[in-house]
Amino acid sequence: MTALLEADSDHLLAAIRLLLAEKQIATDDEITLARERTDKASPAQGARMVARAWLDPAFRALMLEDGAKAADSLGIPMLGLPPLGVLENTETTHNLVVCTLCSCYPRGVLGYPPFWFKSVGYRARAIRDPAGVLAEWNTVLPAGTAIRVVDSTADYRWMVLPRRPAGTDGWDEARLASLVSAEDMIGVTVPALP
Amino acid sequence: MLEAGTAVRVRDDWPETRGPCHIRTPHYLRGHTGTVIRHLGNFRNPEDLAFARPAATLPLYHVAFAPNSIWPDAGAAELVVELFEPWLEPL
Repeated sequence: MTALLEADSDHLLAAIRLLLAEKQIATDDEITLARERTDKASPAQGARMVARAWLDPAFRALMLEDGAKAADSLGIPMLGLPPLGVLENTETTHNLVVCTLCSCYPRGVLGYPPFWFKSVGYRARAIRDPAGVLAEWNTVLPAGTAIRVVDSTADYRWMVLPRRPAGTDGWDEARLASLVSAEDMIGVTVPALP
Repeated sequence: MLEAGTAVRVRDDWPETRGPCHIRTPHYLRGHTGTVIRHLGNFRNPEDLAFARPAATLPLYHVAFAPNSIWPDAGAAELVVELFEPWLEPL
């Protein structure tokens, strides 16, 4: 054990990869593929889904029914990832996602979670004082909007489908997607015109 | 299987006081009452998977709670959480 702890990290990684291959858990090629997919995942993927949902009612319906299937249909690889649930913001309800237990996050469509998403402060306050959290992000919801907090505790991952901002009539998918950030799809902010 | 609309109470159980464990039921919900929204699917029990033990496949539900029944100063209108069936007692 001491030898393991003292080994330099490159040697340790090589040893683990060798063991994974020997035990037929994962080949080098599979690890390379998984790393490529992980690096490619970013909020731009989720933003593309949101923009498509704003333009295409059939895609929106699919996205709300099965987020992973909708992502796959746009060429976003979801194989082997947890199911993706999509929470739609409406005139009356705003969704906010938190993982109070750790940092569950829809990585396939949003990439790595922002550091604050994993902080104890966000996790504790989002469930109890979501309005206070939104205020700190300068997020103003129309009066009377109810906040629904979704605590991501188990096998699903959750993203928010925000409302399309006013003043974007006639915009194409890429331009709409450029308005949508990871924070909008977590629910601490809402898309706004620059 | 629990139907949508079923009132449930989250078990007021604290396995973490009895020894090492891995629990996906947040402490703030134990003993509180909510309503099943829908069955999300069946998944292997993380409480066993975490220890590399044989794990049963369990129904997982989305359950809604009134936040002000948990915290007097709660700010949300609704709180929705994924919970496994063995943690839920139908009322």
